Amino acid sequence: MAATTMAGRRTQAPAATALARFTGTGPLVRLALRRDRVLAPVWIAVFAFSAAGSAAATIGIYPTEASRVQIADTLNSSASSAAFYGPILDPTSMGQVSLFKMYAFGAAMVGLLGLFLVARHTRGEEEDGRTELVGAGVVGRWAPLAAALTWTTIVLVVLGLVTAVSLVGAGLDVVGSLSFALAWLVTGLAFTAIGAVTAQVATTSRGAKGLAGGLLGLAYLIRAVADGSADGELVGLRWMSPVGWAQEVHAFADPRWSVGVLGLAFFLLVSAIAFALVDRRDLGAGLLPDRAGAASAPRSLSGGLGLAWRLHRGLLAGWVLGAALLSMVLGGLVANLGGFVDEGMQDMLAALGGQQGLEDTFVAVEWSFIGTFFGAYAIAALLRLRSEEATGRSENLLATPLTRPRWAASHLIASIGGVVTLLVVTGTLTGFSISRSLGDSAWWSKSASAAAVQLPAILVMVGLTILAIGLVPRFAVGLSWGLFVAFFLLGEIGALLELPQWVMDLSPFAHTPRLPGGDLNVPALVILTVLGLGLIGAGVAAYRRRDLEA
Amino acid sequence: MTPVIEITDLTKTFGSVTALDHLDLTVEAGEVHGFLGPNGAGKTTTLRILLGLLRADSGSATLLGGDPWRDVATLHRRLAYVPGDVALWPNLTGGEVIDLLGRLRGGLDPARRAALLERFDLDPSKKGRAYSKGNRQKVALVAALASDVELLLLDEPTSGLDPLMEAEFRAVVRELAAGGATVLLSSHILSEAEALSDRVSIIRHGRVVETGTLEQLRHLTRTAVTVDVLRAPDGLDALPGVYDVRVEPHGDGARLACEVDAPALESLLTVLQGAGVRALTSAPPTLEELFLRHYSDDLAGAGVQ
Ligand SMILES: Nc1ncnc2c1ncn2[C@@H]1O[C@H](COP(=O)(O)OP(=O)(O)O)[C@@H](O)[C@H]1O
Ligand SMILES: [Mg+2]
Repeated sequence: MAATTMAGRRTQAPAATALARFTGTGPLVRLALRRDRVLAPVWIAVFAFSAAGSAAATIGIYPTEASRVQIADTLNSSASSAAFYGPILDPTSMGQVSLFKMYAFGAAMVGLLGLFLVARHTRGEEEDGRTELVGAGVVGRWAPLAAALTWTTIVLVVLGLVTAVSLVGAGLDVVGSLSFALAWLVTGLAFTAIGAVTAQVATTSRGAKGLAGGLLGLAYLIRAVADGSADGELVGLRWMSPVGWAQEVHAFADPRWSVGVLGLAFFLLVSAIAFALVDRRDLGAGLLPDRAGAASAPRSLSGGLGLAWRLHRGLLAGWVLGAALLSMVLGGLVANLGGFVDEGMQDMLAALGGQQGLEDTFVAVEWSFIGTFFGAYAIAALLRLRSEEATGRSENLLATPLTRPRWAASHLIASIGGVVTLLVVTGTLTGFSISRSLGDSAWWSKSASAAAVQLPAILVMVGLTILAIGLVPRFAVGLSWGLFVAFFLLGEIGALLELPQWVMDLSPFAHTPRLPGGDLNVPALVILTVLGLGLIGAGVAAYRRRDLEA
Repeated sequence: MTPVIEITDLTKTFGSVTALDHLDLTVEAGEVHGFLGPNGAGKTTTLRILLGLLRADSGSATLLGGDPWRDVATLHRRLAYVPGDVALWPNLTGGEVIDLLGRLRGGLDPARRAALLERFDLDPSKKGRAYSKGNRQKVALVAALASDVELLLLDEPTSGLDPLMEAEFRAVVRELAAGGATVLLSSHILSEAEALSDRVSIIRHGRVVETGTLEQLRHLTRTAVTVDVLRAPDGLDALPGVYDVRVEPHGDGARLACEVDAPALESLLTVLQGAGVRALTSAPPTLEELFLRHYSDDLAGAGVQ
């Protein structure tokens, strides 16, 4: 059956109608713009602010070339830092030093955004049946993919330009900033095209993202091996990885613009493959066959909590793995901390508590990042409660004796329990890696308390999310993520913008004690916890009392 | 015996849309009740209120003697629901969903589950995303029909099924009804309700406009009568309760067709005496016709009956 339709399709595709296959691309791009009108600006802002914030923060710390060379040498000599973030290619370059964390890692994140967007607008649309409506109208067969690629490219190019402008605003040079944007764009476009292919291969948007995301992880790993290799003997491997291409642009260090041509060629070639694949499959189907599963449910799948576990375990596993890797890297970084600052500053630090104070401060700053990002996990997991409702799946469940409070509790447990798991894993592994690399077993307990104090602020974030789901379900996704981004930015750049203290205090994360080293402010933690639990209670009550909404 | 479902004066609005407009509905224990109406009439909204998924603005609804909004957990143990548009989890197989829903309702009978899978020709090992609309519906049907419940709420349950499966569905519902279960079956497919229902309620614009047994409802409409006669009798047009009289030559006599109100059948037969009747067919009204009457009201404008 499929074979005959495929053969039929091939014979009835005269060249004259090739252009007709793109009919309707324009309106579809506008549709995508409408759907992403909130999401896209938010993501662009997050990337631009993260890069500019990171640059602005570092410029003040390493104002002289000598100080930059010193820190760059230290970082480059740490194999784990080089493997995780990539080496600093030009130690004298302000841009290279200040953006070293945002360079390869940021490029990979842009790649993630690209593949996410392209999957959302191709496979996601098809899954929701919207492409079927589109396909029945006067829209060419290639139009949905062409529109998704066009729209994603627009978003990424604007993201690059906004980031470049922000970097110039933060005090970096124009040419360097543009080359940095190009580096991000090369990786972003590469994974956009890869996402376009996986969207043809997999049958679900989730599957397409998973497949492309896996390839992104592999690409990151390849460049990590290249950068982490002893004496850089494997550095050529970087060319095998689209994330490595971003590094090969040599942004802020005598840029190689021609790498952009490589990126564009890759994008065009891989996109062409995706278009060819569109012709080889039926609407709604993928090239990979769906594997059969279990004909009956395992014992564990017998209630709301069991289902929640099934729905959340994949996401959680990914986060645990990422957290574990990061924890091990942190140990290596702390060990090399001695050279991070010049001697003048070390004297100052000695007055503040010496080498140990420096290590404490460094780890505390890392923990505040980790705490915030685990907040993102909590939100993503909890919003599942809303997507279950919006897709109509909750209707099936809530028509059984499963009550709304119980169903909400299942996701709250998955969300908060997931965060606790992440904190335990990260606390234990950082305790292990730092105490081993510094030879100081005190780090076990320091890590444990640093991990524990992150939870109350996350509880507040969870409370705000469930309250949004309860009160304004249709806006819950945008509102929760909007608040999260706002809190994150307050913490990152609030001080740089010299915002008043009360504004910065709006973020729950501002009240998390900076451990190790900082004051353990118990009342603040108690207030955050009580507030979080109160918001959760109010949110569940609101969810219980309203209409179920698709 | 108290009714299984008793709805009085139920009103529900979504913003400016009035989905239910003072709706009354009674479903007695043990009956299969057809809930008929065109798309957008308010069938799904009624069922969702009965399930506590939506909250009514005013009016009252009683389900199995309880309050559908408050007594969710206890009531839902005694009923099963098949939504009109079944959404499944892309990563869970049909079999897993059937078991999950069954366990949530307090367990299901494995033999019955296996028999239903067989009868509906459903492969339980496929992932949710791989099922067609009809197969998603079958998953929900098997889950609902395999659990031992007093009340089944079915929202257009056969809208994605092919005719063979539809017949199987009817057979299963009849068996359940014979076993004493109460069924509320919403549909806009009249033949389905006609084939299964003991009583029918017709809903339009959020209001039940007719309710009763099929016989009772048939009295509301006209019987189509066709007679082959030797001589066409006079005065048919003038008979009260006889409409739309058409006479055409047929063989050496005439063929006469008309629509007759049930009470006027007797006087029609009186007039036909002596006309030399050679053949007579009378078709009982179908729900289609009943329905068309309500549609034509729509066309004629509100208030014109
Ligand atoms: N969540 C909702 N928001 C707004 N309008 C709705 C909603 N649900 C139903 N409606 C409207 O209420 C009316 C009744 O719908 P519904 O009960 O689904 O009808 P049926 O199931 O008979 O086709 C329709 O006009 C529909 O558009
Ligand atoms: Mg409906």
